[in-house]
Amino acid sequence: MATMRNARPSGLGSKLPVLVKALAGAVAGATMALSAAVHAAPSTAEVNTTNLAVTDDKVTVGILHSVTGTMAISETGSVQAEKLAIEQINAMGGVLGRQIEYIQEDGASDWPTFAEKSRKLLVNDKVAAVFGCWTSASRKAVLPVFEQYNGMLYYPTFYEGLEQSPNVIYTGQEATQQILAGIDWVVKTKGAKSFYLLGSDYIWPRTSNKIARKHIEKLGLKVVGEDYYPLGHTQFNSIINKFKLKKPDVIFASVVGGSNVAFYKQLKAAGIDMTKEKPLVLTISVTEDEILGIGGENIEGAYASMKYFQSLTNDNNKAFVKAFKERWGDDIVIGDVTQAAYLGPWLWKAAVEKAGSFDIDKVREASPGIELTSAPEGYVKIHPNHHLWSKTRIGNAKTDGQYEIVYETPELIEPDPFPEGYQ
Amino acid sequence: MFADYSTSELMSIFAMQGFAGLILFSVFVLMALGLAIIFGQMGVINMAHGEFMILGAYITYLTSNIFADHMPQLFGSYFFIAMALAFVAAGALGMLVEWALIRHLYHRPLDTLLATWGLSLILQQLYRTIFGAREVGVTLPDWLMGSIQLTDVIEVPINGIFVMSLAIGISVTVAALMYRSRWGIQVRSVVQNRPMAGAVGINTAKVDRLTFGLGCGIAGVAGSAFTMIGSTGPTSGQLYIVDTFLVVVFGGAQSLLGTIASAFTISQAQSSMEFFLSGSMSKVLTLLFVVFILMLRPQGLFSLKVRR
Repeated sequence: MATMRNARPSGLGSKLPVLVKALAGAVAGATMALSAAVHAAPSTAEVNTTNLAVTDDKVTVGILHSVTGTMAISETGSVQAEKLAIEQINAMGGVLGRQIEYIQEDGASDWPTFAEKSRKLLVNDKVAAVFGCWTSASRKAVLPVFEQYNGMLYYPTFYEGLEQSPNVIYTGQEATQQILAGIDWVVKTKGAKSFYLLGSDYIWPRTSNKIARKHIEKLGLKVVGEDYYPLGHTQFNSIINKFKLKKPDVIFASVVGGSNVAFYKQLKAAGIDMTKEKPLVLTISVTEDEILGIGGENIEGAYASMKYFQSLTNDNNKAFVKAFKERWGDDIVIGDVTQAAYLGPWLWKAAVEKAGSFDIDKVREASPGIELTSAPEGYVKIHPNHHLWSKTRIGNAKTDGQYEIVYETPELIEPDPFPEGYQ
Repeated sequence: MFADYSTSELMSIFAMQGFAGLILFSVFVLMALGLAIIFGQMGVINMAHGEFMILGAYITYLTSNIFADHMPQLFGSYFFIAMALAFVAAGALGMLVEWALIRHLYHRPLDTLLATWGLSLILQQLYRTIFGAREVGVTLPDWLMGSIQLTDVIEVPINGIFVMSLAIGISVTVAALMYRSRWGIQVRSVVQNRPMAGAVGINTAKVDRLTFGLGCGIAGVAGSAFTMIGSTGPTSGQLYIVDTFLVVVFGGAQSLLGTIASAFTISQAQSSMEFFLSGSMSKVLTLLFVVFILMLRPQGLFSLKVRR
């Protein structure tokens, strides 16, 4: 119990000095790097032929997330990760000798606002790239704007797939990468034979469960039930009774938002001890961020299938977690999407440097094949379909709110946003 | 769907499902009572009801932290103190809001809707600034977790029993206050005829303030209890507001008995349908059912007959 308490954010007061220190460090690093880089920087006319917000020593990018409204819970981590990446890049000398400046806009958890703000970023501010969006609904809302004005969006969330825009780089996993490996693992190591699919009622859980069902049936196993509850639903006693009646080996859960907290608390209260794995709970929607609200003691024993967990032990991740905590406070936790958001600025930097230009078309051309060996999740590479090659890991939730990693796919999984036969 | 199960298994499942319906009923009653008092007795549509509930939840969160840090040996009993504090805090905020905002709008009921909606936005942002945008986890005392095993299959969640007892306790208290106390008589007379009540010497302004405070206080207690079954975040109150209004309007705005009857009908309908259909579909059918009944009886299930 004591460790749980320490893991919680404890208010604003303690974060201020950290913030000031980190800023001062970033500025000092930046000036040093700047003086060294001035001679090397190519001329602005050369790297910017499309009138983007690039000057001789600066390039402006946009950050577009909800910091107010329902989605602020989830999107705050992404904003923090993107700012950290930008500060680190600046401290290393920036991109093509230019320091990155960002303009942050608030999507306010409202999809038309996202579209309006993205238009502002692209048309008025002429930003060279935008890091942002979280829900599929917000991404769908800004997509026409990015395609009309030819912007570049780095989108961090794991999502349902079925999309591939020339103006978006998807740094999270698409559904097949996340789901197939998870189901294969639970079948192979736990001998699971029957599944109950449960989700919140919108596009991502429905598509994910469609993919899951197809795969489960292809393996010759059984789906004993499939259920959806409205977003924000808070009463799960009926579905828990259905679990008790149907006795599935695995509950495959993609419940999101505040519903998550209600679901796991009520599951525990109903006497289902997830550590006994009867039934085993496999989720694709609960990152370390969500566990803060659920409480580690309420979700202990559940498994999650994702590409990143804060507890990864590689050196990249150790450095990332350390930097993140120094920048944003010791109490913070880092979930899958936060790490994917952190990749955005780095992938963009690598593409710009490969292209030798900030022009969107050239960056797009340079993007496929871009590798990042310094990614906290290990190694990632951009596929020609604008998604990332990545590994999938299985984590087992512990009371302290962290996942213990019990499995990792041996190879990088190829992104497949339009899986055949799964649609 | 039931062919593969033995009779005893089915009986147990139905028993548990019945219990799930009762828990939902208690949750609805707790949510709706505070709103019913304010809406029914004062005609004020309090859109910030959910935010008063979340205030109660945050008070519980703070109390649990204080107890864990300073009095770990008393941690098991912090929940009762948290509920009392939640009542006081939400009630006090309610009275402040009534004094500063609501009392100027008594003759413009639709404007109270806008004003309290604005208030709910302000409160949400306030919570976000103070507690952060992320949800907070409220650690519960151990005795509130888990379930009581009655038979092999039947397990009754302890927090469900707790919520039920709380709902019964608060309903009885409110009924006693309303129909057995001096204040209750005053409230009811103000509702029936405000100028006349004033003429016979009832301080209507004070009655209004206390009524609003009581309604908000009950919302705070409900929010405190809901930390056991739901999330605590700046916008969590929004999760409850639609169901709350549904219960109050369906029951007939001015009747406490109506609120309870309506909570019972809706919760039983929803929970039994949830068992046979998918969650979303049962919600749709419940709403259709309510719309249909309200078309036949626009005043709700129970209504007060008053000569106007």
